[in-house]
Amino acid sequence: MDGLLHQIFSGIATGGIYAAVALALVMIYQSTHHVNFAQGEMAMFSTFIALTLIQAGLSYWLAFVATVAISFVLGALIQRVLLHPLANAPVLASVGVFIGLMLILNALAGWLFGTTLKTFPSPFGAGPAMGGYVSRHELGSTSVTLLVLISVWAFFRFTRLGLAMRAAAFNPASSRLVGIPVARMLALGWGLAAAIGAVAGMMVAPVVFLDPNMMAGVLLYAFAGALLGGITSPLGAVIGGFLVGIIENLAGAYVVGTELKLAVALVIIVAVLVLKPSGLFGRTVTSRV
Amino acid sequence: MRAPLLIIALLLAAAVLPPIFASGYQLFQLTLVAAYAVAILGLNLVTGFNGQVSLGHGAFFAVGSYVTAILMDRWDVPYWATLPPAALICAALGFLIGLPALRLGGLYLALTTLALAAATPQILKYRLLESWTGGVQGIVILKPDAPFGLKLSGDAWLYLFTLAVATLLFALTANLVRGRIGRAMIAIRDQPLAAEAMGIDLAMFKTRTFAVSAMLTGVAGSLAAVAIGFVSPDSFSAALSITFFVGMVVGGGASIAGAVFGAAFIQFVPNIADQVSKSAPGAVYGVILIACIFLLPQGVAGLLRHTKRA
Repeated sequence: MDGLLHQIFSGIATGGIYAAVALALVMIYQSTHHVNFAQGEMAMFSTFIALTLIQAGLSYWLAFVATVAISFVLGALIQRVLLHPLANAPVLASVGVFIGLMLILNALAGWLFGTTLKTFPSPFGAGPAMGGYVSRHELGSTSVTLLVLISVWAFFRFTRLGLAMRAAAFNPASSRLVGIPVARMLALGWGLAAAIGAVAGMMVAPVVFLDPNMMAGVLLYAFAGALLGGITSPLGAVIGGFLVGIIENLAGAYVVGTELKLAVALVIIVAVLVLKPSGLFGRTVTSRV
Repeated sequence: MRAPLLIIALLLAAAVLPPIFASGYQLFQLTLVAAYAVAILGLNLVTGFNGQVSLGHGAFFAVGSYVTAILMDRWDVPYWATLPPAALICAALGFLIGLPALRLGGLYLALTTLALAAATPQILKYRLLESWTGGVQGIVILKPDAPFGLKLSGDAWLYLFTLAVATLLFALTANLVRGRIGRAMIAIRDQPLAAEAMGIDLAMFKTRTFAVSAMLTGVAGSLAAVAIGFVSPDSFSAALSITFFVGMVVGGGASIAGAVFGAAFIQFVPNIADQVSKSAPGAVYGVILIACIFLLPQGVAGLLRHTKRA
């Protein structure tokens, strides 16, 4: 029983990371119907920026805040430069840009920072917490991701800017008519998604070690989480991310072992598409003929 | 739009020549180009013509390779006889993957296939399959010699064999795309609603296209396995699928000839870029991919079409 609880708690800790990345994916999907395949590499790159800042002598939390800010700017910049001109291009063009971005960021990180595994500091320490069920880092990182998720929700729910962003995603044409700068809202959404991804990267790096391919697996689980919760629902994506973390940990411990962990993501994706394509909390998309 | 038969005949005649002057290694590289061209042709059918983005065709390439290697290694099946079973298995697999992923529009296929590509090496290494797949070690297969007492080196024979199979598959695919089925594919890509109103069963049609596409790429995997003489899980990582995708976009989406340019691109450009730095191939792929999307949306094949017209 203790073993099971332990697996569930550490599943929740990794699930928090997946939830954050899944939320970043869903935010971009909702406003543009693009799936950002470079989301993982963007987060990885941000984490390298954080490591560079820490090594330059900044304290952890100062580096954390600076990295989130830098990632926000870079994310918005990527949207303005690369995605904005392709607003009406076919889907192949946007997927191509995301794949290109993924390749470039991966190669650039390897070139600038090296391809060897690097340790990344945790601000919470490594010892046990809560009677040994979780490590202090797991508890800390779960709290941080929860804090991020709640503040994102509050931002969209209670601020004028959040409302404007939701409007721009929901109905761009009408939003433009009431004076919302839709293009700027999209760039803002990208910046926000990049910032959330950066937090996820910094929280997962102490566990998996930092290297240019760090986020490849995380991104797949985040996809699975987003689909499981419903790719049209931010709350669903978050819950889906946590669920995928738990499923992955339990399957790894009791069913398939660590060798087939990536196949779990595939099985979850296929199962969702077969059984409930709109996900647990998503709405069924109907199109008008 | 149809290239004149004379040009095709001349190009084919030129393609038969390399065994006379090229070295064994150069012939091996050209054999791989022919195999990759078939793989990209398969991807192009579903992504370029049918508009359904796949990021996991490396998985079908892997399955084709492993079917050939296992049949040759365990049952001494001759290399040429492994192509039909590889084609059938990959088509069935493509159908099964496509069925759930293509019921809906949008990017579900891209997500599913990317997960498939990422899981492929792990599945190939899996303990319970090890007696078949050889686990991490992979399988070594013997390179066949020229048959019928022909005075050709093994490399030269394999090149001509691969070229012949590739030519046949290209001709069949070109025929498929030109007819009613090809028009339906393009209609689904450009105007799904109108296509449905014309009586095309979207989900079934996309799934069948995906199966044919997986079949082509699987045969390409078989051809490459015979040429390389070795299969191992780590040569079929997600990066291979991404490479095919890059080759398709650079060569030209929705273009039969584009697959050949794309194959030459993914065979030769990384070697050149590798001499600059170890990170360079990825960066070069990424930069050229994005540049193509902005500057050459029709790829190299589109560029050639335009220069001909001008």
